[in-house]
Amino acid sequence: MNRKLNNSIIARFKLDYDEFQLSVNLSLPNSGISVLFGHSGSGKTTLLRCIAGLQKAESGFLNINGNVWQDSDNDIFLPTHKRSLGYVFQEANLFSHLTVRENLNYGLKRIKANFETAKFNHITNLLGIEHLINRMPERLSGGEKQRVAIARALVLNPEILLMDEPLASLDFKRKQEILPFLSRLNQELNIPVLYVTHSHQEVAQLADYLVVLEAGKVQASGILSETLSRLDLPLSQDRDATTVWNTTVVEHETDFYLTRVAFNGGSLSLPAIDAKIGTPLRIQIYARDVSIVLEVPRATSILNVLPATIIDIVDGESGQSIVRLEVGSQSLLAHITRKSALVLNLKIGKAVFVQIKGMSILN
Amino acid sequence: MLTSADFATLLLTFKVASLATIFMLLFGTPLAWWLARTHSKWRGIINAVVALPLVLPPTVLGFYLLILLGKNGVIGEFTTWLGIGTLPFTFTGLVVASVLYSMPFVVQPLQNAFSSIGEQPLEAAATLRASPLDTFFSVVLPLSKSGFLTAIILGFAHTVGEFGVVLMVGGNIPDKTRVVSVQIYNHVEALEYTQAHWLAGGLLAFSFTVLLILYTVLKTQPPSPHA
Repeated sequence: MNRKLNNSIIARFKLDYDEFQLSVNLSLPNSGISVLFGHSGSGKTTLLRCIAGLQKAESGFLNINGNVWQDSDNDIFLPTHKRSLGYVFQEANLFSHLTVRENLNYGLKRIKANFETAKFNHITNLLGIEHLINRMPERLSGGEKQRVAIARALVLNPEILLMDEPLASLDFKRKQEILPFLSRLNQELNIPVLYVTHSHQEVAQLADYLVVLEAGKVQASGILSETLSRLDLPLSQDRDATTVWNTTVVEHETDFYLTRVAFNGGSLSLPAIDAKIGTPLRIQIYARDVSIVLEVPRATSILNVLPATIIDIVDGESGQSIVRLEVGSQSLLAHITRKSALVLNLKIGKAVFVQIKGMSILN
Repeated sequence: MLTSADFATLLLTFKVASLATIFMLLFGTPLAWWLARTHSKWRGIINAVVALPLVLPPTVLGFYLLILLGKNGVIGEFTTWLGIGTLPFTFTGLVVASVLYSMPFVVQPLQNAFSSIGEQPLEAAATLRASPLDTFFSVVLPLSKSGFLTAIILGFAHTVGEFGVVLMVGGNIPDKTRVVSVQIYNHVEALEYTQAHWLAGGLLAFSFTVLLILYTVLKTQPPSPHA
């Protein structure tokens, strides 16, 4: 990933309710998917609604790609309908009195832009909803509704796409049905996405950039791989703590049913997958699947043993140590027992080897 | 059978009820929208005022209207100053009184329809570049179609059925304020029971048909008519 991100989304909000304060000062990239992550009550949805103008923060400044949408010092507040945005709600929120096609056309009729049939068809095709175009919303499944809602926001070609837990109301199967669409959409359309979620899985699968919110404040904000492995955040302590690596397919070892992928500073073996050489793969490694050894084991069934350097160690809950390592130029998290850390005499800066027991492919 | 005088009262009733319904929709729609959406502390008071005709004896409403619209009333002085004269015992006065009297029958179904739409479709419309007014016509109106039908039917039917207010404000002037309900009263006074039967039977059939449509086709719960 390109680390020199062009941060051209600037959002500063202060909002005060009886029992909740939102106070954020964010600068976000204008490409890829930025995930706003937090527990319920962390203010992530409120932040998204402030960006959309559905809620008005008494004090705020919002600049999207050079367009000022809110500047309370200068009494500027653009109403929602004048902001070039797409919004996908938790519930699909389709107009029940209109067909799918009329829902898609609702916004198009209201923007002063030339209607591009090719673009319209590309988006309905991307989301796999061409065959539903003449149906009424009540005759769609939950997953289909949400796909129509995403298409309805995208056909407007907005400056920014805001998504508020778009998968939260769907069951596991429907989630799996939509997630690939979301990844593809990011690759094929150049629209920056702000995506609200409380799911670790969606963070790992979708985020390029991660903002962690807690009690109305920004706890961390940065590129996904760096933010995930920051030991000062609760994310790294979580039972499901992970690291996400961007890799490329380099070789198929057909005899062993294995595929080799390369990352910045090394390579890994995976169970064989059907992908061309050069295909980018997003790999998730759970911290609990990583163990640390001091020397290359002479005999082990674990395929992926890599040299690494310890960057940081902290104590976690119930006898755990959380270790942040660097493998090549990638960060990696390991959850080990405190006893092991002591026995191995693990220290910051020490050169070790990591054994990776398993990993999953996210795309 | 019905005389030409009877037909005149039927025609007049139809004119009063149609005009009153149009005005009730014009004033009642924004009022119901405001009541359905506001968090203002005035909401309770305005709601109570609009609902008053539901419980007030029509003669009480008619009495106060007579005073307000009369020569020495606040509104009466205003209309005199405008050069239209006073409204009691005129066709216009009858329409004004009907609008106030039947207003809750229009406002309440609309208010319910608007409330049940909720915030979500409105927010979706805003994110799709629709201004609030645009949203009202393209989303709220189509989604509250049955609320509007209920409001129109109830408002019209209730105006047709009024008697007390008409007698107080409109009087009993042929071709100007003599509506069907008053004509029935006239026939009974004159012991013309046959004609009273025709008109009364007609109104009964009309009212029943209206309620049948409401309960079977639209499946709504109309507010309980008291008069």
